[in-house]
Amino acid sequence: MSVVYQKSRGLTDVSTHYCPGCTHGIIHKLVAECLVELDILEKSIGVAPVGCAVLAYDYFNCDMQEAAHGRAPAVGTGIKRVQPDKFVFTYQGDGDLASIGSNEIVQVAHRGEKISTIFVNNAIYGMTGGQMAPTTLIGQKTTTCQDGRKEELAGKPIKISEMLATIDGAKYIARVSVDSPAHIRQAKKAIMRAFQTQLEGKGFSLVEVISSCPTNWGKSPVEALNWLRDNMIPYYPLGVYKDWEAE
Amino acid sequence: MTKKLMKGNEVIGEAAINGGCRYFFGYPITPQNEVPEYLSKRLPEVGGMFVQAESEIAAINMVYGAAGSGARAMTSSSSPGIALKQEGISYIAGAMLPCVIVNMVRGGPGLGGIQPSQCDYFQATRGGGNGDYRLIVYAPNNLQETADIMSEAFETSDYYRVPVMILGDGMIGQMMEPVEITPPKKKRNLPAKDWATTGTDGKRKPNIINSLYLNPAQLEEHNLKLEKIYEDIKANEVRYEAYNVEDADVVCVAYGTTSRIVKSAIMECEEEGLKVGLIRPITLWPYPDEAFDKIKKDCKGLLCVEMSLGQMIDDVKIAANGRWKSYFYGRTGGMIPEPEDIKNEIKKIIRGEK
Amino acid sequence: MAKGKTTFDELLCKGCGLCVEVCPQKIIAIKKDYVTSKGYHPAYVTDSEKCTGCANCAIMCPDSAITVERD
Repeated sequence: MSVVYQKSRGLTDVSTHYCPGCTHGIIHKLVAECLVELDILEKSIGVAPVGCAVLAYDYFNCDMQEAAHGRAPAVGTGIKRVQPDKFVFTYQGDGDLASIGSNEIVQVAHRGEKISTIFVNNAIYGMTGGQMAPTTLIGQKTTTCQDGRKEELAGKPIKISEMLATIDGAKYIARVSVDSPAHIRQAKKAIMRAFQTQLEGKGFSLVEVISSCPTNWGKSPVEALNWLRDNMIPYYPLGVYKDWEAE
Repeated sequence: MTKKLMKGNEVIGEAAINGGCRYFFGYPITPQNEVPEYLSKRLPEVGGMFVQAESEIAAINMVYGAAGSGARAMTSSSSPGIALKQEGISYIAGAMLPCVIVNMVRGGPGLGGIQPSQCDYFQATRGGGNGDYRLIVYAPNNLQETADIMSEAFETSDYYRVPVMILGDGMIGQMMEPVEITPPKKKRNLPAKDWATTGTDGKRKPNIINSLYLNPAQLEEHNLKLEKIYEDIKANEVRYEAYNVEDADVVCVAYGTTSRIVKSAIMECEEEGLKVGLIRPITLWPYPDEAFDKIKKDCKGLLCVEMSLGQMIDDVKIAANGRWKSYFYGRTGGMIPEPEDIKNEIKKIIRGEK
Repeated sequence: MAKGKTTFDELLCKGCGLCVEVCPQKIIAIKKDYVTSKGYHPAYVTDSEKCTGCANCAIMCPDSAITVERD
């Protein structure tokens, strides 16, 4: 028998701090697998966010910088401008990217910065204990909208992929999910494509990953993925929103 | 090389390149715009890179990324813009990244005004951002000194892995003086930047640039490590100019542009037979406490003059440590102190009227 | 003879049960009567003979705790 699946060497031996069933772990390993399969792990510099993935620098087996909240695209820009031949990615959550860092993500795309962003959208602030995020669904209960998000108070959830796809400098934008093995395989293809976009020097690339937060959603890991399928995917349609090759 | 007539903000730019800076990230704000303008043209000529960021916040975080990549990087701004950068400066200090930040101070608070001011002394020397950290802060008072300090700033920052701030004001930025830009005089033995994130190349363990320490014992250890560096800086990097301090009946204390005006007032006092000295801190942090030890016991008082309502006066009092009375005179909001007014203050101290 | 072989790293497993859900052969369960040194009930294979080595469980595992071999 031969090994067909094992822990990627793109990840360190450190056991993650993520809650049981948190899909951050799935997304981490997809990123790690892509870095290894594209043979770029040794020339990669990742940028970790503030939020649940703040400790990502302990998990990816490559050079890492830890950025201030929302500033990963700016930090990534600094790294890439100094080292244009290296591979630079940011890994950000929805509070980090879609709220406090919304200017940075728009501008990094606008400049066509040759970096790749993994955007983990789980519709809530995880690390701080389950507050409303810009991506929280209407009616979804969080600790800062305990009767559910109301449009008249907080607006509708922001659709980052659709927004960024309108920007010329963004060359590959896709939204994927990690709720099933089939979707995980598709997600990996999208991440590969995003990374290739950078390697070919085309411009900015981002993959939005619809993700779960069992702990703060108050659900079991399996229930959380069911809820994701029934509620998040209808509002956040999966698909490729921009692809430089299709243009 | 001969001297060249240059504008202050352009001296900053050219001296930065002279000091090895190859990356500039900034955002427009008056009165420092000639710094990014000059560097946007010059940096590509020397194989460097200029990026106009979307905000001061983004600019300082680009500096973080570039400095973490091992490059000599800088940003410049003016007071409200520096306030926006404080988050990034704190992270840079925490992650021990070398870089240079230029602040051409303007009047405040809030949007304030665009005229010269020294109201950012606190912002420069008292942290500004969160946490127990220090910047090495230089306050040159002429353009040759600006050129020399700027040329050495990157070397100094690399040596200590502590960010350096150059504190000027609108006057330093806008004035023209003859300047000779020469290679940095003080050459330091710099260790390799083996901590930089340049890709492992499969040859070493991953490097991590970070300021997060969730374990309080580790964070305290990190703070103590920084403190040790700060003590080292205090012991080795203090710079000041002292003029007739030993014999003076009044010692003025002033930095930057203001020190030149105070010097004029002192000259006029001397013509009238008065004995007045000057301590001019060149490093605002570390503060030149030792300069005060030469003041005679029966000196009638210290006069701190600032273009603010009194910020450096706190450090003057700390340095005086109760040995002499400390007085203050200042103008603010972009108003400049006149030599005549300073002279009057000096005379009041001598006559015991203050 | 089983076509596949699935091994769990007990120290990485957090007992989330996502692998249980996606196994087409329904041969993964959570050991309710056992706690790992990290404090979790780990997943295990109930009938290794039925494993096809499809790797669905490993693909789904957020903690990279599963190694899969196949003929």
